[in-house]
Amino acid sequence: MKGRLGRALVLALPWSWMALFFVVPFVIVLTIAFAEPSEGLPPYTPLWRWTEEGGPIIQLNLANFRLFLEDPFYLEAGLRSLRVAAVSATLCLLVGYPMALAIARAPERWRTLLLMLVILPFWTSFLLRITAWIGILQDQGWLNGALLALGVIQEPLQLLYTDIALYLGVTYCYLPFMVLPLYATLSKLDPALLEAAEDLGARPSRAFLQVTLPLSMPGVVAGFLLVFIPAVGEFVIPELLGGPDAQLVGRVLWMEFFQNRDWPLASALAVVLLLLLVAPIAIFQARAAREAA
Amino acid sequence: MRRAARLAVPLGIGFAFLYLPILLMVLFSFNDSRLVTTFTGFSTRWYVALWENEALMQAAGLSLRIAAVSATMATVLGVIAGFALARMGRFRGRTAFAGAMAAPLVMPEVITGLSLLLMFVAMEQAFGFPAGRGADTVAIAHATFGAAYVAVVVQARLADFDTSLEEAAMDLGARPWKVFFLITLPLTAPAIAAGWLLAFTLSLDDLVIASFVSGPGASTLPMVIFSAVRLGLTPDLYALATLLVGLVAVGLVIASWIAWPRRRG
Amino acid sequence: MSSTAAEQPKSPVAARPGAAEPWRDPAADPFLRIEGVTKRFEGYVALDAVTLPIYRGELFALLGASGSGKSTLLRCLAGFIEPDAGRIVLDGQDLAGVPPYERPINMMFQSYALFPHMTVAQNIGFGLRQEGASKSVIADRVAEMLALVRMEGFGGRKPAALSGGQKARVALARALAKRPKLLLLDEPLSALDKNLREATQFELVNIQERTGTTFVIVTHDQEEAMTMATRLAVMDRGTLAQVGTPGEVYEFPNSRFTAEFLGTANILEGVVEAADDQATRIGSSELDFDILAEPGALKPVGSRAYVAIRPERMRIERTDAATPLGDNRLVGRVRDIAYFGDFFMYYVVLDNGKEIRVSQPNLRRMTARPVDWEDRVAVTWDAEASMVLPE
Repeated sequence: MKGRLGRALVLALPWSWMALFFVVPFVIVLTIAFAEPSEGLPPYTPLWRWTEEGGPIIQLNLANFRLFLEDPFYLEAGLRSLRVAAVSATLCLLVGYPMALAIARAPERWRTLLLMLVILPFWTSFLLRITAWIGILQDQGWLNGALLALGVIQEPLQLLYTDIALYLGVTYCYLPFMVLPLYATLSKLDPALLEAAEDLGARPSRAFLQVTLPLSMPGVVAGFLLVFIPAVGEFVIPELLGGPDAQLVGRVLWMEFFQNRDWPLASALAVVLLLLLVAPIAIFQARAAREAA
Repeated sequence: MRRAARLAVPLGIGFAFLYLPILLMVLFSFNDSRLVTTFTGFSTRWYVALWENEALMQAAGLSLRIAAVSATMATVLGVIAGFALARMGRFRGRTAFAGAMAAPLVMPEVITGLSLLLMFVAMEQAFGFPAGRGADTVAIAHATFGAAYVAVVVQARLADFDTSLEEAAMDLGARPWKVFFLITLPLTAPAIAAGWLLAFTLSLDDLVIASFVSGPGASTLPMVIFSAVRLGLTPDLYALATLLVGLVAVGLVIASWIAWPRRRG
Repeated sequence: MSSTAAEQPKSPVAARPGAAEPWRDPAADPFLRIEGVTKRFEGYVALDAVTLPIYRGELFALLGASGSGKSTLLRCLAGFIEPDAGRIVLDGQDLAGVPPYERPINMMFQSYALFPHMTVAQNIGFGLRQEGASKSVIADRVAEMLALVRMEGFGGRKPAALSGGQKARVALARALAKRPKLLLLDEPLSALDKNLREATQFELVNIQERTGTTFVIVTHDQEEAMTMATRLAVMDRGTLAQVGTPGEVYEFPNSRFTAEFLGTANILEGVVEAADDQATRIGSSELDFDILAEPGALKPVGSRAYVAIRPERMRIERTDAATPLGDNRLVGRVRDIAYFGDFFMYYVVLDNGKEIRVSQPNLRRMTARPVDWEDRVAVTWDAEASMVLPE
């Protein structure tokens, strides 16, 4: 077929773009992670310089990585990030699964509207939606105001700048990412399977556990990963809703970069964050590739 | 009745969770008081304040321009990539290509932002381009991850595309390029439009990547909002949110009106 | 009369009264010549050197189970698949290397493949627009086609607003609009329910006769093939098991496969004992009786033979245990009776365990069945009902 060359030309544009702006940047991050900070601009030392004889000298600086192992601050940030992401993804699953199931089982003509309602908040500003939660959770916020008015509490509760606020914020922002893949698998489920299970004597709860749930696992995994992976590196939500001690990897990276101007350390953090996420991202990509095949 | 309840309860809880915060913002954007929590009376003063906030308005203009440019670039890249993934069968490097296209969907923004910035700095050192950073670099960065979203949307549409439609067109005498323009493109157009809109919104919404790759004098809307929120809540932010929600709602109504026209006959 | 079964049916079972039968004329030139067409896919041979002449004005059916290669052959004709070997010649033109959009062949797709973003009229006019026909020519032809399929007034609708039967008509009109030399129909009526399908079958045949277009139709529905086709080919694993008019293939199957694929058949096995100009006598190798068939079975004495007998050609009557086997007479026990409304099917178990199916028309309403479950019965048939299979 004459298509060979044509194909290559067609593919060249997206291929080279993704290579240039996605793959190469990672290589650069990796090299700078081994550089030393400096006062210059850009604020790091080159990895190699030329000796007078013309040969290169490569200097690898491992201090950043040693620091991560020695300073418990970084280790804690990493563990905390994983925990926040896992808890939030689980909360998303608990809220999102019943929603996705209900939408999948709703009458056909309602489904598009309901799905749209799930996606609609996603189309409005993420930052402003976080802002709404500040209004809800702060000491003189709407929630404390309502609880005080109802007499449930006497003193305002400290809600903002706690882990609860953090979980709520992440769950709130990432919920659509959980509902959509779940809906995609659940809506493809043949309702006759469930009827068959019930016909064979399974109560609805057992039919759900033994038929619906196992068959929806691809959606559960996809949704979990779609929430978990970006949540591990989340910056905005911990910055605005979390307490000063909620030092997650993304926030630490931001701080090292923008406040301490330590580009090598920030790069090293990015490398570590990526290593933390290698397994989940690999699973996600393998699934994406399989679906595309 | 029980079936209806089983459907309504989770949806009620879920939608309350999703919409209560937004409704509160809309309500309090019309609050007369400066306090963001107690409603004292109806007023539109915060909309006036918003209009007069020059920094915010400028940032909004810049963000809209960046979003339009980057969404268009993302659509060109993403449509090609989506077609390649859905239609070209197995080509060499397909898995790597699919991976590279899917990765920006989940990559933590701080990593994407940092790596792109370092890339731009390295390019400037090596070639003198891009000279400095600003709206251009933000647009390139946004096009990169926007393309991934467009590719996914287009690929999904093509995956359930009935190929016998294309065969029928060819059978009736349409040459391959004509088949593409008369059949394939019109039928994927809604997906491509949705992809563009998605890339546009993501660009308009992005704080982290823009913060990394932007330069002095090029503050996008989210960057301005972010610094304002850190200084404390003011009701003009609620007014802005209300306007955005209204805009999106109107946009969706128009989109659904175009996508699902009432049937004739 | 010295005609042999293999070459001539007794009563020419023409598909249609008065229809020409060019395939019987050795001098006739086939309109479409499929010669040695072979197509391999990874791991299996979809078409194995298929050779088939089809004549102008035929409604030819490719009949087979899924995987028999009938759809592959159709897609080779349409040009979506290029054969690995062999030639396809239409009206003197070798189609090798001719892309689908340049072939004078159009197709009615199984899914109809109506363009959802175009109106009915735009769909029908699509092919003509590709040719660059003028607006008025297209409009006239579209109107003509809408009238042909009795869909006047539907031109402005979108396909989504049509019923299944209406979609089928539009798909047919669209495929005929360019006046193709050959029209391919891929399971055209499989999406319709039974009554609509039968009505549409007749309409399709009518339209084919009026336009005079050569049709090649792929179907897995044997009734559809039998009622519509001038000739049909039964396909099996990439080869043509048998080609002939529906009557020929039904009355003179050439193998166990076609005998059982088209209609129902009881297959008996034996050895030819005598073949004279009175009768062919075949000694059963399963039971102690002889099968009588008409003379001229083309089987030498002493050779092995299979005989197929259609259930509706057999008689069944109650008998007693003493009745012996005889020429064209089997005895057994009724194991089951299936009621089909218009006929009964009796499942008779012979003494050696073999099962025979016998059908009897349900001629009188509400009368007691002469034969009942567990009855001892004799099953008999005439010599002409014994179809000696050439293979």
